[in-house]
Amino acid sequence: MTAALAELLDVTRAFPGDPEVQALKDVSLTINDGDYLSIVGPSGSGKSTMLNILGLLDRPSVGQYRLAGHVTADLGDHQQAALRARAIGFIFQAFHLLPHRSVLDNVLLAMLYSGVPRQERVPRALAALERVGLGHRLHFLPTTLSGGERQRVAIARAVVSGPRLLLADEPTGNLDQATSGEVMALFEELNRGGLALVVITHDDAIARRAARRVRILDGRLSEQA
Amino acid sequence: MSALRRFLRRRGVAAVPGPDARAADDSSGDASAADPFVGLSGSPEPADRFSFQDLLLEATSGIGARPLRLVMTTLGTVLGIGSLVATLGFAQTTAGQIARQFDAVAATQMVITPATARTGGGDTVATVRLPWDGPERIERLAGVGHAALLAAVSLGDGTVTAVPVNDPSAPAAAAPPVVAASAGLLDAVGGRVVTGRAFDAGHDARGDRVALLGARLAERLGVNRVDRQPSIFIAGLPYAVIGVIDDLQRRGDLRDAVVIPIGAARADFGLAAATELQVQVVVGAGEQVARQAVVALAPQSPESIEVAAPSGRSELSATVQADVNLVFVVLGLAALLAGGAGIANVTTLGVLERTGEIGLRRALGATRRQVAAQFIAESVLIGLLGGLIGASLGVFAVVAVAALQHWTPIIDSPVALAAAALGAVVGLVAGWFPARRAARIEPVSALRGS
Repeated sequence: MTAALAELLDVTRAFPGDPEVQALKDVSLTINDGDYLSIVGPSGSGKSTMLNILGLLDRPSVGQYRLAGHVTADLGDHQQAALRARAIGFIFQAFHLLPHRSVLDNVLLAMLYSGVPRQERVPRALAALERVGLGHRLHFLPTTLSGGERQRVAIARAVVSGPRLLLADEPTGNLDQATSGEVMALFEELNRGGLALVVITHDDAIARRAARRVRILDGRLSEQA
Repeated sequence: MSALRRFLRRRGVAAVPGPDARAADDSSGDASAADPFVGLSGSPEPADRFSFQDLLLEATSGIGARPLRLVMTTLGTVLGIGSLVATLGFAQTTAGQIARQFDAVAATQMVITPATARTGGGDTVATVRLPWDGPERIERLAGVGHAALLAAVSLGDGTVTAVPVNDPSAPAAAAPPVVAASAGLLDAVGGRVVTGRAFDAGHDARGDRVALLGARLAERLGVNRVDRQPSIFIAGLPYAVIGVIDDLQRRGDLRDAVVIPIGAARADFGLAAATELQVQVVVGAGEQVARQAVVALAPQSPESIEVAAPSGRSELSATVQADVNLVFVVLGLAALLAGGAGIANVTTLGVLERTGEIGLRRALGATRRQVAAQFIAESVLIGLLGGLIGASLGVFAVVAVAALQHWTPIIDSPVALAAAALGAVVGLVAGWFPARRAARIEPVSALRGS
């Protein structure tokens, strides 16, 4: 009954070259609000390309991508940026925190572009950091934090603008097993709150935690039971 | 500050419902109502929420992250702007100094005369009389050192001799000029007493028959001592010589003249009016004193008084300034060019280094323009910072050198401010291409890169 949050329809993404590389071939996928999806596949299979398209960082060569009711091909760069700022949160393997800015500043950064009124930004950032258990690290530099803590800062940054879709690209790739478990538990808690979660991983243990699992092999997607 | 706030408010930062609001909408099961993007239901509204204030804060954080690099980056601009400001300042100061030394000798003298009119008969006559108390009136004005009235005394056929004998066989010698003056004469025209003394206000008021001889006339008349007060005869009237004067810088002709008090000239020779008022003013006060003097002397008809006043700025200073400037201006511009190249280099380097950050900002919803704006703002701030520091150092150098030389430092404040702004312009130009480059970075590759 709910319209799909994100919908890929026969999407092909080809990178020009000689020979042309088709990173995704005729991929169709529907993600609803509150979904928990893992995408597995060997490196070079097209996982990242799919995540970039889902996150409006890349456009399909062929096919259609609808996000939150919008046909993304119809949107200009500015509109895509607006949609990206408000609807999507990103988590990266390398965290991508600004090394010279405090934990609080890194979280505030996300709200620069999403249109959160100035007076709401700090309270929201504090709440987000509190939620990931880093309320005591506000003025630390990311370089002084452990890997798990850094990824939690990144999670706080990803959710602070109130997105509907969280895209995580190998979120535990730089973390040890215990820390990975904590981070995944945090993701799942957010997911139970209604946030759609897509996790790319090559770690089967991580993938198995998701309610839905899809596998990509040579650009083709198969849903697994 | 309030203007900035108004500006931000006008930009209208619309509220986006938080997660709680969305959850509530979700429960209604209506997808369009669940849309968290205010105003996006039709078409997504551009995320131009990144206000000017945000831009400034991001840019300052960006350049503040590496203080040492910031110092190195600003160095070229600091040197360029600094040398430009110092050059202009030195030129102005030197020119001012030269003008001042020049003025101290030549430009402190003012001569006030009555305006003249041509009569029907073709003669020129004064339209007004200078008041006898003119010196007192003028000396009350600020900026006036000394003032004295002078008047040429007409003797008719009378002559000036050292002995009361009329020798008909002697060749008729032209009478030396006789000038009546008020007591402040020597101060007003920069003269000194060689021997004896000058007459004072008392002599003047009583009409005493005393005389001062110009040094050259004294020699001609054979008067070299005045301690016994030798007499000279002016049109037959005996005058006691009480002093010999010389060094009359502004009225050198008085060295060949007899100077008697105005009081005596009025009593003995029927002097009707003074011909000029010599005024010694302090440097720079000329124009102001000239404006006030005419009113002080002739309140009812100031236009009937003519003033030959030293001009405020001597032409010499402009010439000197132009000569000094050129070489150093070229050097300063060269340094500034190097500074701009430095900023461009470092900004380009920064773009390369911060590829990941650029990708991240794009992922967080920054538009290409916002990314470009940030890098331009950073380089403009670096340039402005360099400009401000450079201008300050330049001003400081001028003041320090002037203090050592006991000169008056002169620098136009617009020059210093414009120089600081020039630094910002250099930053703007230098940041343009790196910023374009930053805007073109694709977030996908940027995020994969690190």
